[in-house]
Amino acid sequence: MEQKYELRLYVAGKTQKSVTALSNLKKYCEEHMKGEYHIEVIDLLVHPQLAEGDQILAIPTLVKKVPEPVRKIIGDLSNQEKVLVGLDIRPR
Amino acid sequence: MSKKIAHLKKSADQTELQKTPTGIPGLDEVTLGGLPTGRPTLICGGPGCGKTLFALEFIVRGAEQYNEPGVFIAFEEKPDELSANVTSLGFDLEQLQKQKKLKIDYVHVDKTEIEETGEYDLEGLFIRLGYAIDSIGAKRVVLDTIENLFSGLTNEGILRAELRRLFSWLKEKGVTAIITGETGEKTLTRQGLEEYVSDCVILLDHRIINQISTRRLRVIKYRGTMHGTNEYPFLIDEEGISVLPVTSLKLNKQVSTGIVSSGIKPLDSMLGKGGFYKGSSVLVSGTAGTGKTSFAASFIDKACERKERSLYFAFEESPNQIIRNMRSIGIDLQKHIDKGLLEFYASRPTLYGLEMHLVSIHKAIRKFKPQVVVLDPITNLITVGSVSDVKSMLVRLIDFLQSEQITVMFTALSLNTIVSDQTDEGVSSLVDAWLLIKDIELNGERNRGLYVIKSRGMQHSNQIREFIITDNGLDLVDVYLGPEGVLVGSAREAQKLLEQTGQALHTHAISRKDRELTRKRRLLEARIESLKTEFESTEEELNKVYIEEDIKRGIAQETRQFMTEFREGKKEAIKGNKSNK
Repeated sequence: MEQKYELRLYVAGKTQKSVTALSNLKKYCEEHMKGEYHIEVIDLLVHPQLAEGDQILAIPTLVKKVPEPVRKIIGDLSNQEKVLVGLDIRPR
Repeated sequence: MSKKIAHLKKSADQTELQKTPTGIPGLDEVTLGGLPTGRPTLICGGPGCGKTLFALEFIVRGAEQYNEPGVFIAFEEKPDELSANVTSLGFDLEQLQKQKKLKIDYVHVDKTEIEETGEYDLEGLFIRLGYAIDSIGAKRVVLDTIENLFSGLTNEGILRAELRRLFSWLKEKGVTAIITGETGEKTLTRQGLEEYVSDCVILLDHRIINQISTRRLRVIKYRGTMHGTNEYPFLIDEEGISVLPVTSLKLNKQVSTGIVSSGIKPLDSMLGKGGFYKGSSVLVSGTAGTGKTSFAASFIDKACERKERSLYFAFEESPNQIIRNMRSIGIDLQKHIDKGLLEFYASRPTLYGLEMHLVSIHKAIRKFKPQVVVLDPITNLITVGSVSDVKSMLVRLIDFLQSEQITVMFTALSLNTIVSDQTDEGVSSLVDAWLLIKDIELNGERNRGLYVIKSRGMQHSNQIREFIITDNGLDLVDVYLGPEGVLVGSAREAQKLLEQTGQALHTHAISRKDRELTRKRRLLEARIESLKTEFESTEEELNKVYIEEDIKRGIAQETRQFMTEFREGKKEAIKGNKSNK
């Protein structure tokens, strides 16, 4: 089924930051876009070749593929406001 | 244990530091072997100074010449842009990528796309880099320009910590890395990358002096090894970068005792050993129109006739002009060009800086491998540099030529005495032989006098010769040294003529005197004869008197006797007397 939000979270192994980011992301999604999102977690330690495609530098990076425009949010997503702005849920 | 110590000792003896050759001509000589293997090197410089090209050439040459695959992480240019930029240099990046010798990874950092929140690290970059390195087994890595991260990401604290980690990670990986960075206001790089990369730092510079730009390179630091500390000029041309290799650090060149003829026989004999030493440097200086170019052309001509390869660097005239002009004095350079023995390199001195000239001369020499080189004239180079610059350039050139055993002839124009002293001072101490062609003004004409001012290691003549340009080439004639001083040209001819006349007159005079003398002798002899005759006649006269007197006396006596006897009546007596008689 088509989701309104397609999100990819790039991590590198189960580091503290990755775990924090994922749990933060899930929390925000549940709060603001319940049922409208799909999260794909990509572990670059397993699939290093995928890093180039989305121009990943920093870990963890959240990439919002859909809806356009593509946005990247880097960090452990601890700042909820910034994440929501980045996901275009809140106006800038 | 003892084995291990022995091994350690051995490796310590061999090299303190492993080096990776860059393959960039000249740079490996400056760094005495290349960049430190397995360590990052920082290349910094202002915009447009050639950092990216430098880094890319390091990778390409590594892949092509040393079979060391390389990874190029581009933060600035996209792979296709990069390939397009270097195609003109003959680097085929596409092909290298297909052969898995090169991997270009473009890292795009766009501030507008990125939102930062909370803690993060650059593990993504590490993974990409690691993946790229592992996928082709790279030995060389370039990060161009990693400082771009600072414009895309705001958390400097994290960035700095991550950079530090990146460099130690690169060291662990054992790859030889180049990191490029733009020069900051007070620091070598804007973000102070030199703080992290401390093994080797190379500064590129693009300076404009007197409206002429010169690229220069300096190894600022290189831990654990000796390196050239000067600023070395480098050139970017159709073959990529070439760094000028420079004065070697030692003065221990091989020398030859072989002799190269100057092309003018009388000059060879003036020089004592029959010419110049092979691999020596010769300076021919003189005022305008003294025949320096003709001199050089004749030298080249003779060299080519000996089947020696020759290079002619012309800074004043075009090759065609020189060939035409030299024909007028019976030197045909075209035939040597046709045979491939002679090549001309003509360039305007103002085309680029001195150092660039030097680099291009170097390249030409390396390519053509000549045995004889002419630079005509070096004076024009002064228009693009000071006397000391020219000198330092020539030192390096002579050094290089000597090491290659190439005989070089410079011509230098001296405008007037002051400038000539200056120029000559600048250069004359460097060269092995110095010939000065001087105008000698006399009787309303100018003539060329040639002096051998110096010729190291030879007992050269101290004589001034007159240098003559004829339809059949050059020649030297002895000048006339007489009571009136040194005479040349028509004065010499006149003097010669005068001498000949004098000689003739002299001979004439002598023969006249001789004749006079003969005549006088004859006269005297005649007089002696006549006196003799006179004497004889006088004698005869005298004798006559005596005889007469004798006769008289005799007759008188007879008469007396007769008379006496007659008186005595002795008729017989008279008769007897008569018969006695």
